[in-house]
Amino acid sequence: MDRVVATCDEAVADIPNGASIMIGGFGPPGIPVNLVQALRRRRLRDLVLIYCGGGTEQDGIGGLIADGAVRKLITSYPTHPGASAVRERYLRGEIELEVLPQGTFVERIRAAGAGLGGFYTPTGVGTELAEGKEVRIINGRAYLFELPLRADYALIKAYRADRWGNLTYRRTMRNFNPIMATAANIVIAEVDELVPVGGLSPEEIETPCIFVDRVVVVPREEIRRVALESR
Amino acid sequence: MPLTREGIAYRIARDLPDGSFVNLGVGIPTLVARFVPPDRTILIHSENGILGAGPKAAPGEEDPDLVNANGDYVTLMPGASLFDHALSFTIIRGGHLTHAVLGALQVSRRGDLANWRIPGPRVPGVGGAMDIAVGAQQVWVATTHTTDQGEPKIVEECTYPLTAARCVRRIYTDLAVLRVEGEQLVLEELAPGVTVEEVLERTGTRLTVPDVVPIMEVPAEFAGIPLLAS
Repeated sequence: MDRVVATCDEAVADIPNGASIMIGGFGPPGIPVNLVQALRRRRLRDLVLIYCGGGTEQDGIGGLIADGAVRKLITSYPTHPGASAVRERYLRGEIELEVLPQGTFVERIRAAGAGLGGFYTPTGVGTELAEGKEVRIINGRAYLFELPLRADYALIKAYRADRWGNLTYRRTMRNFNPIMATAANIVIAEVDELVPVGGLSPEEIETPCIFVDRVVVVPREEIRRVALESR
Repeated sequence: MPLTREGIAYRIARDLPDGSFVNLGVGIPTLVARFVPPDRTILIHSENGILGAGPKAAPGEEDPDLVNANGDYVTLMPGASLFDHALSFTIIRGGHLTHAVLGALQVSRRGDLANWRIPGPRVPGVGGAMDIAVGAQQVWVATTHTTDQGEPKIVEECTYPLTAARCVRRIYTDLAVLRVEGEQLVLEELAPGVTVEEVLERTGTRLTVPDVVPIMEVPAEFAGIPLLAS
């Protein structure tokens, strides 16, 4: 039951070319930056990334895209000013984009993790993002049908873990991470701190270890200081 | 005199009742938080999992794990809660937010909203705009009445890609407050010193104008911030 691996490089060593990979995070919080850098060092090709933003040089996701490692990005808001790599590659026709409303993006992932075959949402009805999607009237209101979204791997970020892979989060680090943890074949978590099994209170565990395959500990001194001060 | 951007935000904040749960979009909507009257408790929701977001963190006091949906390092008010994106969009899409204040590229007479994409060779990115537009109990738009080039933003039909159809209830601009009522767009209030004719001239669709249109109660400044344009 020991899920801890020694390094980020080891944790991503088996990801093949062409893999689909979810990456958690929204803004800097919750991006598993060190796992992404290790993935970048693999020099893979034809990846399908499922990530809410567009990626920047700092978070490493923009670097993966700049390297030409990414064939397709399934995303919601790849338009922020720092997302220069995706902008350049998209305008040159070198990357495929699938843009989803943010609630649809996360619910498709949630549906996959929950074993559902899809769901109907009112979001996007009558817009260009509805093109090609089934419309159904339920109780007099129009809804779009959306499919579940799974991946081969999920790279997620959490705050504390034990060796079994139980995870906690702090502040707005949760975002997509607990959801993505349910919807990939192999789930790899980068965490700030490792505590003994039994060291996390059962109430605070947000991602139970049943969802987690690998844990890498990358301490952040800055977070340790802030977390102590805000107690 | 037309309102400043802060003046529009001030006017909107007066209309948010005590106990509101509000999502604020980027631009003018973000400014609304600082004008909430002190005797009202209003919880600001952020898509990335905050209910009860506070003001931006002071320089040097930012928590690296705490941002709002704009990417600003923020604080939490007492009583705030944090959650994941699935719950955050359950709040949004499930109709639990009492209000959303959004920016606009265009709004139509019937309350169609276009605010996510300008056509052309650009990367499309929608974020939470479509979910919020269909989900909030009341969607209010905060915008300048015209573009920087003087083109009307309030139009008969949106020509930009739609965010959602018939979702907007009220439009707050630098010149006026407008209310969508079925097929009609009703002029509710005028900015101080602005005439009905000026509003009609800068609006790209027909308005329903009552016999008496009240003037907005907006002071020239608030805590040193100009609310009326000179």
